[in-house]
Amino acid sequence: MSMLFPMTMAQAQTSRRGKVLVGPIDLELGAQGVTAIMGPNGSGKTTLLRLMHGTARLTGGQINWACGLAEARHHQSFVFQRPIMLRRSVLDNVAYPLLIRGVAKSEARSRARDWSQRIGLEDALDRQATVLSGGEQQKLALARALITEPHVLFLDEPTAALDGQAKREIEEILRSERDKGTRLFLTTHDVGQGKRLADDVIFLLKGCVQEHSAAAAFFDVPKTTQAQAFLQGDIVE
Amino acid sequence: MGDLWSGLSHAFWLIISLDQELLEITLRSLQVTLSALLIASAIALPLAALLAIRRFRWRRGVIAVLNALMGLPPVVVGLVVYILLSRSGPFGVLGLLFTPTAMIIAQVIIIVPLIASIAHQSLRDLWAEYHDLLISMNVTQKQKVMTLLWDARRALLTASLAGFGRAIGEVGAIMIVGGNIDHATRVLTTAIALETGKGAFSLALALGFVLILLTISLNLFIHWLGRTEKEGRW
Repeated sequence: MSMLFPMTMAQAQTSRRGKVLVGPIDLELGAQGVTAIMGPNGSGKTTLLRLMHGTARLTGGQINWACGLAEARHHQSFVFQRPIMLRRSVLDNVAYPLLIRGVAKSEARSRARDWSQRIGLEDALDRQATVLSGGEQQKLALARALITEPHVLFLDEPTAALDGQAKREIEEILRSERDKGTRLFLTTHDVGQGKRLADDVIFLLKGCVQEHSAAAAFFDVPKTTQAQAFLQGDIVE
Repeated sequence: MGDLWSGLSHAFWLIISLDQELLEITLRSLQVTLSALLIASAIALPLAALLAIRRFRWRRGVIAVLNALMGLPPVVVGLVVYILLSRSGPFGVLGLLFTPTAMIIAQVIIIVPLIASIAHQSLRDLWAEYHDLLISMNVTQKQKVMTLLWDARRALLTASLAGFGRAIGEVGAIMIVGGNIDHATRVLTTAIALETGKGAFSLALALGFVLILLTISLNLFIHWLGRTEKEGRW
């Protein structure tokens, strides 16, 4: 775990057709806890998460993982806001990341069965993933991301479209993963979720980091007027 | 109308009496077409997947050409294959002209663009759906192709069936490269053409009905095998 961190971003930025989407950003992130990336819609939360994960193109600056990007990618998983379901059964979806890493099919399916049970999908193993409810699909996506036992888990608004019960269940799983030592980065514009899960908060606005502080400090005494307005539920532009 | 009924009844009797000549022609039709289909699918499906995944300079041009080649005139394909395989041609030494192999080659050339184009449509949509997930999982190019081909297998079955339909009904190219030689390269379609030319409409119609029956039966069998319409599947 510690071999991946610290992760540093130095003047990191990404642009498309000459327009800077995110950055320049300078950050240094440690090996422990849950970092919430917060901000209004269009502030660049998802792009920043993808930059960290290495799936968005870095057009300026640097992002350095202690062990190098290629090695770091091997220990990371990503959960998307809209879960992407392979056109396979629940069991085969969960087993997929192991299969592409060369794990034998029987072993992969056995571990997938364990994970499906852990997240409460044991009754849906043979169902096609695309017919599951939104909450079930997100749990499946989480199980699929966790089955490789990643050191770092990126979550892009993992509960954005879910109701209270499903949200609670997902947050339970995330807390348990954090307690096991998995490093979590999640984007959210749900202030309540940030308070419940985050150890530190990166507040983004128009692609730039406005504030990076411990969660308690951010929620109690935000340093910027934009963060104050965001936390009060005002419209921030 | 009389010819139609007579053709139907003739077809019925040919089938239930297991007419040896009909059986031989039908089996040869199946052998040639299924061989061509297998080879064409092995070429066209991975090609379609690669076109969906890979980004290269002339990609759009290649896709446009592939789509255009769906309308390749079989007679021209037959003529080109004939020239290539004839004694004076570059592959004449192989002695393949007027053999079932030559017919398979011609059919493969005709149906590869058709299967690849139809398959590409399905795979392109699936790739758009899977792109972010597979990229984030660091999936290799080969694994991407295999994942797409497996998950789109039912749509690809339809693409292959379209190829089968085109190949089994083909007459122009295989007449040229096969020669319609009795007990050697005669298949259902070339036999129909021959009998029509001789004025034996009843037998020609009978062979036509057998061809239709064969095509529908095989399509139904493959659909059943692939459980295409089963609930909750693709």
